[in-house]
Amino acid sequence: MCGIIGVIDRSKERMDGQAIRSALSMMDERGSGEGAGYVAYGAFPEFADYYAIHVFFDAIHETKAAVDEELSKWGTIVHEEEIPTFEQPNIRKIHTPWRYFFQPDARLMPRSTTPEDDIVMHVVMKVNTSIPGALVYASGKNIAIFKASGWPEEVADFYRIQDYKGYIWLGHNRYPTNTPGWWGGAHPFNLLHWSVVHNGEITSYGTNRRYIESYGYRCSMFTDTEVVAYLFDLLVRRHHLAPELAVRALAPPFWDEIDRMPGREAHLNRAIRLTYGPALMNGPFAIVVANPDAIVGFTDRIKLRPLVTGTMGPRLYISSEEAAIRVMEPDVGDIIMPRAGEPVIGRVYT
Amino acid sequence: MTIGSVPVKFRISVDHDQCMLCGRCVENCPYDVFRLENGKIHVNSRKCVACHRCIAMCPRDAINIRERPVDYRSHPVWTTEVREAIYNQARTGKIILAGMGNAKPYPVIFDSLVLDACQVTNPSIDPLREPMELRTYLGKKPSRLETREHDGDVEVLTTLSPNLQLETPIMIGHMSYGAISLNAQASIARAVFETGTFMGTGEGGLHQSLYPYQDHMIVQVASGRFGVDINYLERGAAIEIKIGQGAKPGIGGHLPGEKVCEDVSCTRMIPVGSDAISPAPHHDIYSIEDLKQLVRSLKEATEWKKPVFVKIAAVHNSAAIAAGIARSAADAVVIDGFRGGTGAAPRVFRDHVGIPVEAAIASVDAKLRSQGIRNEVSLIASGGIRESADVAKVIALGADAVYIGTAALVAMGCRVCGTCYRGLCPWGIATQRPDLVARLDPEIASRNVANLIHAWTLELSELMGAAGINSIESLRGNRDRLRGYLLDESIMKVLDVKPVGA
Amino acid sequence: MSSQWGPDAVMDRVRIDAAGMHYTPLNRAIRSAVEEGAREIEIYHVMGQRFIADGLKGDVTLIIHGVPGGDLGMFMSGPTAIVHGNCDHAPGNTMDSGLIVIHGSAGDAVAHSMRGGKVFVRDSIGYRGGIHMKQYRDKCPILVVGGSFRAFLGEYMAGGLILALGPPTNSPIRERGIGSGIHGGRIIIRGDVDDEYLGVGATKSPLSRGEKEEISPLIQEFASCFRIDPDVLLEDSYVQIRPSSSRPFASKYTWE
Repeated sequence: MCGIIGVIDRSKERMDGQAIRSALSMMDERGSGEGAGYVAYGAFPEFADYYAIHVFFDAIHETKAAVDEELSKWGTIVHEEEIPTFEQPNIRKIHTPWRYFFQPDARLMPRSTTPEDDIVMHVVMKVNTSIPGALVYASGKNIAIFKASGWPEEVADFYRIQDYKGYIWLGHNRYPTNTPGWWGGAHPFNLLHWSVVHNGEITSYGTNRRYIESYGYRCSMFTDTEVVAYLFDLLVRRHHLAPELAVRALAPPFWDEIDRMPGREAHLNRAIRLTYGPALMNGPFAIVVANPDAIVGFTDRIKLRPLVTGTMGPRLYISSEEAAIRVMEPDVGDIIMPRAGEPVIGRVYT
Repeated sequence: MTIGSVPVKFRISVDHDQCMLCGRCVENCPYDVFRLENGKIHVNSRKCVACHRCIAMCPRDAINIRERPVDYRSHPVWTTEVREAIYNQARTGKIILAGMGNAKPYPVIFDSLVLDACQVTNPSIDPLREPMELRTYLGKKPSRLETREHDGDVEVLTTLSPNLQLETPIMIGHMSYGAISLNAQASIARAVFETGTFMGTGEGGLHQSLYPYQDHMIVQVASGRFGVDINYLERGAAIEIKIGQGAKPGIGGHLPGEKVCEDVSCTRMIPVGSDAISPAPHHDIYSIEDLKQLVRSLKEATEWKKPVFVKIAAVHNSAAIAAGIARSAADAVVIDGFRGGTGAAPRVFRDHVGIPVEAAIASVDAKLRSQGIRNEVSLIASGGIRESADVAKVIALGADAVYIGTAALVAMGCRVCGTCYRGLCPWGIATQRPDLVARLDPEIASRNVANLIHAWTLELSELMGAAGINSIESLRGNRDRLRGYLLDESIMKVLDVKPVGA
Repeated sequence: MSSQWGPDAVMDRVRIDAAGMHYTPLNRAIRSAVEEGAREIEIYHVMGQRFIADGLKGDVTLIIHGVPGGDLGMFMSGPTAIVHGNCDHAPGNTMDSGLIVIHGSAGDAVAHSMRGGKVFVRDSIGYRGGIHMKQYRDKCPILVVGGSFRAFLGEYMAGGLILALGPPTNSPIRERGIGSGIHGGRIIIRGDVDDEYLGVGATKSPLSRGEKEEISPLIQEFASCFRIDPDVLLEDSYVQIRPSSSRPFASKYTWE
């Protein structure tokens, strides 16, 4: 079932993790205690220009050297540290979470227009597919991810997310279905600047995965959600589609609706469906995607999962349940249930 | 020493108590099995091909046919078929000609694949009440979309290539006028027109009476270039270059002169009674770059307004060949598996050359993906698609759409007797003899074919809905929704499916 | 649009400079000129552009200067194309009607599957000339070659006429498979051909006086096209190659 929540402060004022912890805990009914997680954008102001590579190590002495070596091959490790954790009765610390602040050497990918991003993506795919016992689970700039197997409040306390601040927070409370609850399988999923929380199950996963893998992405997390992060990376960063159009590609209008549209609009939508048919996501889902500039919430085309939004001043909230939003902001206004497939976008003020 | 005669293949018996001497069996059998003499129906079983026309027409159910009433002494290696082929060739010294598709009992991969359905973790979708999209576009697609936004208006900068719009991913494959009758073609034409899909003309030109359906016709250009002129190319909704055929990969076609009647000669543009010989290769294609030239010449002739498909037989190296075709400006690749039907093929080719479409589609789809061009070209599967489940499975293995052939003929009455090459089809399908052709009423046969497409489309919707999928593109290549049931590991690797239970 | 009006151009004469032009815009320019009523289109600086006049219809003459690429006049229906230069492979491929005159030589598969009209080649052609030409009713394709030809001339031929006028004296024909698989139409060759060079299903006979008279207008037309003396050609002897059967492969099969 899963519960999701997200908030953006469009004026980029940072919030600490206390409120989202409470909101997500309020939705414990939607989870199973097998996985929870949070992401904060703007969490590392002192290292804001470096890629914050988060890694789960199984046996740190055996595998860390290989990751260090891979990173050093492609750039400089500016700073690194074990991510502070605090013992919780129900969380078994089976991995050691680690973070690197990394500066890629752009000269090593001379033919790319976004060499730094491409290097980091390459390193992520490389580590996750070829270094057993190491899993990169976050790789964006100024972005912190906190996830583990446990209930939302336990995971929050395990990392003490109240000590971190961000202008965007997403949280996820997992009820795993297709794959076991494991740390890597907890949401949010992150690749570069994209983070995703997802409620539901993507019945088109087999199609989506094969499509995205033909562009060099490697699905290594055994769960359907990671394709969403990769699809956004492909469509928005590499194909330069506006986020609205990316959502249109993933949850497009039906053909009979397109047939009724006026010429230009019909042409645009037909072009999107023809070009990005294999990216279309089927099955029940509600998803919130974040990048440093915005959060986007949307559901599947026939609205099989819930999504509610509300605003309060510069803050836009998106969640599975209104009550969770009200836990964070009792006086929230403009409570809306968006139409199926229609994106709700909150952008930082420019 | 003589070989002597072989046992009859079929034994006909007439229940004389039931028989009312109406003579319908005599009239209906073009193989002259029956005769009415001295107030009694006499039979010559040796002439029977088991087309079942007599059975279907007998008002009293008085006729019975038994297959192989006298069989050979059984032997697992020296089967009846093997022995009879040897007797035949010992007698004649010729190549054995056979009809329909592959008749050897190879395992059918489709029958060892099972589909998925949703339980609990996501809802199945009821296609009767919720939208279910089977619409399929065939043709080149851009690899990415360039757009420009101004004043909130999004302009598409990428030029889209022409595509065929199908309301169901089921099309009817190329069976030429000549191979089948005009009534059969007309029936198929009406059916595809009604169901929003397409049919192939085969390499036999386009008869004038079918011009009203030309927007639903894919005109074929094969090595004989029969019926091909600029008028023909311009009439088609799309053009298909036939390189090969699953029933007889690597060899050409041969319409015997007996089938080239006045009308067939007219659409093929050859003299009456002359053999229509399609060479094995196109003589302007000896290499992959030559194929590109033929594709481009057809596009150039039709001012780049029509998609051009290329059909190949599924052979060992299909994946690499299809990838080459995909780079040739072709809009779609048709992969015809070794179960594909035919009016006539050398038996040795029909039964022994080529590979099953399931494996071919899976490997072509994978190869195109590995080269990052899968979505730029459409993939059409044909050859041995027998039911809607086969359609769902082959799409899940990576096809965009299918061609059916034999199934459409069966819908018109064909009993799969496999004797098409005699040109005496009692059902009016694979014949040009006017009295036999007249037996097929396009009014009824078109309804039967349309019903079949409609029924399969409904079943496909139900299967998709059960899998929680409401758009065909989410089934395409979605091998996660298939499982192999008692398939060996190597074939599952080719198909990229897991075993049942995994 | 690169078509331009020459200084002395009248409305029905158009000049196109094809230098550096891809064949698609070139054909587009030709088509639009035809639509606008051009009767004569002179194309300069042709260099390797394929598919010139592909699928072109109408009563128009193209005068091509340079070396066109393959498949000149493919599917063409009606126009005349005069080439001052050599042609690449398959001019007249599946041509429907019209005339192609080549003041030079051409490559392999000239007149492939041609079903109507004429292709005149002043000099030589490559392999498989006239392969699978076929005729139907009033349509009878004709290929005339002034020089030599290579092997498999008229392979699979189903109809029409191939006339090879190459001088027989100084270069005897040593090309195998002439008329291999021929099941319609005929091949007429100036001089003689040894039987060992005939293909499967082809038979040779001398061309009778009456038959020769039948083709003499064609010889004269060809000669006048290229301003050569027809008399030498008309005086010489010829052989013709015809199918031994219109059903060459009918006895290849036995029923299952």
